[in-house]
Amino acid sequence: MSVLELDDVSVTYRIASGEVPAVRGVSLTLDSGAALGVAGESGSGKSTLAMALLRLLPRDARVDGRILLDGEDVLTMKWGRMRAVRWAEASIVFQGAQHGLNPVRKIGDQIAEPLLVHGLARPEAARKRVAELLDQVGLPAWRARSYPHELSGGQRQRVMIAMALACSPRLIIADEPTTALDVMVQAQVLTLIKDLVAEHGISLIMISHDLSVLADVCDRLAVMYAGRIVEQGPSGEVFHDARHPYSKALAAAFPTVGDPAARLAPRGLGGDPPDPMRLPTGCSFHPRCPVALDECATLDVELWSAGERRTAACVHVRAKEEAS
Amino acid sequence: MTETQATKEKVSTAGASLLEARDLHVEFVARGRRARAVDGVNLSVGEGEIVALVGESGCGKTTLARTLLGLERPTSGEVRYGGAALDYGSKALKAYRRQVQLVLQDPTGSLNPRHTVYEAVAEGPRIHGLADEESAVASALSRAGLRPPERFFLRYPHELSGGQRQRVVIAGALALDPQVLVADEPVASLDASVRGEILALMLKLREELGLSALVVTHDLGLAWNIADRVAVMYLGRIVESGPVEQVLTAPRHPYTQALMSVLPESPERVVLTGEPPDPTRIPGGCRFHARCQILASGKAAEVGVDGKCRSELLDILPAVPVAQAACHYADVAG
Repeated sequence: MSVLELDDVSVTYRIASGEVPAVRGVSLTLDSGAALGVAGESGSGKSTLAMALLRLLPRDARVDGRILLDGEDVLTMKWGRMRAVRWAEASIVFQGAQHGLNPVRKIGDQIAEPLLVHGLARPEAARKRVAELLDQVGLPAWRARSYPHELSGGQRQRVMIAMALACSPRLIIADEPTTALDVMVQAQVLTLIKDLVAEHGISLIMISHDLSVLADVCDRLAVMYAGRIVEQGPSGEVFHDARHPYSKALAAAFPTVGDPAARLAPRGLGGDPPDPMRLPTGCSFHPRCPVALDECATLDVELWSAGERRTAACVHVRAKEEAS
Repeated sequence: MTETQATKEKVSTAGASLLEARDLHVEFVARGRRARAVDGVNLSVGEGEIVALVGESGCGKTTLARTLLGLERPTSGEVRYGGAALDYGSKALKAYRRQVQLVLQDPTGSLNPRHTVYEAVAEGPRIHGLADEESAVASALSRAGLRPPERFFLRYPHELSGGQRQRVVIAGALALDPQVLVADEPVASLDASVRGEILALMLKLREELGLSALVVTHDLGLAWNIADRVAVMYLGRIVESGPVEQVLTAPRHPYTQALMSVLPESPERVVLTGEPPDPTRIPGGCRFHARCQILASGKAAEVGVDGKCRSELLDILPAVPVAQAACHYADVAG
């Protein structure tokens, strides 16, 4: 049974000079208890997509398509229902935990807030639940009386995760939860997220530009470029044997230490991501693509089958599938 | 290590020491307590050499870099450049800054949004009264990969992509024809695909201009990508250093081993608990002993060094190019 189903979702921002298509026709399914990684660079639409899931986008964004959370369409929900769904059924952990916490309120009160607002607990029970949540994320119970500035970056990110867990949601959306954290602290937070997913059967959508981090935590990966999914599949296969040239470049960007091929040979991708208001014709990736053919400038690419439970939007993949 | 690798390593680190820290200590007073941010460091960067200084936030790596740039005065010890101790007189310091330039992290924050690319890059040449400002700016931009440079002169930071902005910051550092670049997390705020391009640029600058670089980072992959040597810093001291191939494929210090083990795809993880400890309270004995997995697992006791780990201070590592680790266990167990 799928917790979340996206059917042809598009997000368009209306600005003074016209319309900006940030997400263009994304379809995805997330199974109960599964972890999906969404990879892409700034401007790929990955964070816009995450915000759209809980209708957190500003007014000037128009969302089309269907977003089914446990079978219920988020886009047509009444406002009151939407408020009930946030935190209780699905919650978000944002990047930059520093800015997500109120600096003048104690940690414990902030974690208890969603419980009290949603009427899920009385103050006394909420206090007990806060202690339980702090324990789950590896912080001592007395930390409830601390203010955010008394915590380190990693501890603050743990508090954000505790808040997201407070109302026992079925789905957690984590947007770059470990960017800006040190390697060791990043490892601690990732281990925590992995354990929570495994032990509590929570479904997870994790967003990052670091394919290696996503491959480590998630079962499946979806790679986004210029508002579209360009490749999807089991995470190990996408990371080690990407079919789309863009996913290949992303995977190579973070080298494996000890790999002789990467020694003194950093690999990047020439050019810049396209301006969403002036998208290239044909495959949006063709101007930066190392293996582009003439037809890529005009051909409408779609997600073609690239093996079992794998798809990729590249003409080379289609050719290979047709040949076999 | 094979014979040929050893020779290659010798060649790449053979350049004479250009920038050097000698027994460097930098202390601050924080909330009435003394914080030993840099607590005895020997480090040298040779001509044409790229050294990666690796460690977690709070380990003192940024303070060390700032002190090497002359932005911070050492409490004791000295910074040496080209064989002479750094002179902190304002004129001498100004001349020094033409030779050793800083490349900041986060180009979005370090570029003035109201200055054009030309103005951003021309700032250095103006301060130093360079004769032909325009040609200095043009050549710096083109060396940083922004070609043709004239096309970028009148652009503003917001009109550029993240990668282009970082190239402008690098061009600003190159405009004075420096010998050494000190780069603090040069790619941490950049997108994955741009990261490789900027790192490739640093390698190219070394090759074409013979530039040396000290790259401060918490990213071991970056060290593997571009550095000749790596120095791992923990709580104010360098705990392990040496050629990248050696240190990052066979780390000897438990702290380096732990850092390596949390990289994605590493077979067995050693996740250290807690945050890096406080420079106002550096533990006695080995400064890492409270978090050390080798001591905790009893391996140190097996070879009889556990007492030493808890009570005996380690010597400050010398600034030599060969692989070395400041660890009682590694001294005995190899």
